[in-house]
Amino acid sequence: MCGIVGLHLRDPALHPRLGELLTGMLCEMQDRGADSAGVAVHGDPRWSPAGHVTVSFVPEASATGLGSGTTDAEAVAALTAALGSPVEVVDAGPTLVAHVPAEVGTDALVAAVRATYPDGLVAGFGTDLAVLKGVGHPRDLAAAYGLPAAQGWQGVGHTRMATESAVTPGGCHPYAVGPDQCLVHNGSFANHASVRRELRAAGVEFDSENDTEVGARFVADRLAAGYDVATALKELTTTFDGFYTLLVADRDSFAVVRDAIACKPAVVAEHDDWVAVASEYRALVGLPGIAQARIFEPEPERIYAWTR
Amino acid sequence: MDALTVPTREVDLATTPLRTLNALLQGREVTGETPLGADEGVTVVNPRGAHAVAVGLDAPRQVRVAGHVGYYAAGMNQRADVVIEGNAGVGVAENMMSGSVVVRGNVSQSAGATAHGGLLVVEGDAAARCGISMKGVDIVVGGSIGHMSAFMAQAGRLVVRGDAGEALGDSIYEARIYVRGEVASLGADCVAKEMRPEHLEELAALLKAAGFEDDDPAAYTRYGSARTLYHFHVDNASAY
Repeated sequence: MCGIVGLHLRDPALHPRLGELLTGMLCEMQDRGADSAGVAVHGDPRWSPAGHVTVSFVPEASATGLGSGTTDAEAVAALTAALGSPVEVVDAGPTLVAHVPAEVGTDALVAAVRATYPDGLVAGFGTDLAVLKGVGHPRDLAAAYGLPAAQGWQGVGHTRMATESAVTPGGCHPYAVGPDQCLVHNGSFANHASVRRELRAAGVEFDSENDTEVGARFVADRLAAGYDVATALKELTTTFDGFYTLLVADRDSFAVVRDAIACKPAVVAEHDDWVAVASEYRALVGLPGIAQARIFEPEPERIYAWTR
Repeated sequence: MDALTVPTREVDLATTPLRTLNALLQGREVTGETPLGADEGVTVVNPRGAHAVAVGLDAPRQVRVAGHVGYYAAGMNQRADVVIEGNAGVGVAENMMSGSVVVRGNVSQSAGATAHGGLLVVEGDAAARCGISMKGVDIVVGGSIGHMSAFMAQAGRLVVRGDAGEALGDSIYEARIYVRGEVASLGADCVAKEMRPEHLEELAALLKAAGFEDDDPAAYTRYGSARTLYHFHVDNASAY
């Protein structure tokens, strides 16, 4: 099954409540699968402080605990040595979030993380984005991440019932493979092996055998080529075969698309102060002003996108 | 039965477990709860999108649900009259046998799936696969319906005051469909048919039962089976 949730806050007064609201949404979807759960948050001042670039990573990609297996002090020392300049690290349970001044650059920090943790997983990177992944129950993981205290303008989450690949942090959504981008998926892609082969032939590298990662790499590839999110998703609908409700976000936009058959659920609630998406309505019940929101089910193969 | 004159009990799903509610509605004994009287109505508050609200009823009882519900609300209903004052998720009134289910808002996919009897009224829109494999239920939708509605519909009537999505009535048997608006496309073996007097009459009765008696039945088009796929013929192989 899997459950997906997303919240795009239009009213800055709600930004301090992003993590609290997203935690409630994510935990309500635990019945749809609880073998792992991940979140991506845009704009948390602790994880991704202004003027810095951020890389989220799991030091040991096969880890299944609620901790990262290393301390933030150890990570600071190792990454500072690898980079040759100071690195700050925030402990977020199974995931660590490193940041450096923006002028150092994302590529340099990603390279330092990969060199320091060759068996690790880079979960996400960019100027505003933290991506937290782990294995376990969404309730335990939300606490381990420190999600209830998170702030920001946008967040997506996913609670997983694995079907297409192993239960590891690498199989945990969101997939955040381009700068400040992330994607969550409910469903399964049937032709992911073929699309992965084509992307590999074009030079794209993969972290896992997961079907959703192929979708995320495809979208990132198109965005890198200059497409906007809506156009990239339109091409995805004609390239991918299978079942999907996808929620795709980057630092400025938030988009939903369902496959032509539309058997995977999605409910959108649009309010003056926010836009929210979830697999089921009950995940939206706790949002402020839900009774005033316009609630609808996205139509198949239609791209719904919101920008800030 | 007039809703104002029957005794009504309020059940708050914020404090009462769903299983307790359904056991009460199904006439089963629940420790610590007084059984419902024979004609006692029930108002359910704080449904908060819960699944399987008011399922498996088999008594002539009035049930009002004050809010949005999740999947399979009022499923397998027999004899009860259930009103949902909100939206409903997947499979509302699935496999209903008799009675009625009225949804004041919109419904998700597979509304009234496989239902054998009774009346399902959706005052808003219904998503994909509305009336899939319907077997005798009457469904009246105030708005529009999504793709693949009335797929393999065997018996009953589906009335749509708005538009219908792609592949309406694919592989339909003997159900009758009435649509007032546009049909995006018809499924295999589904065709538009003449509105004869008996069809105008039955449509008027359905619209009246659903509270849309001001509609002009002549503004609707009837759709049904061309009956060319009932028996396998090799020339039709590509149509299956």
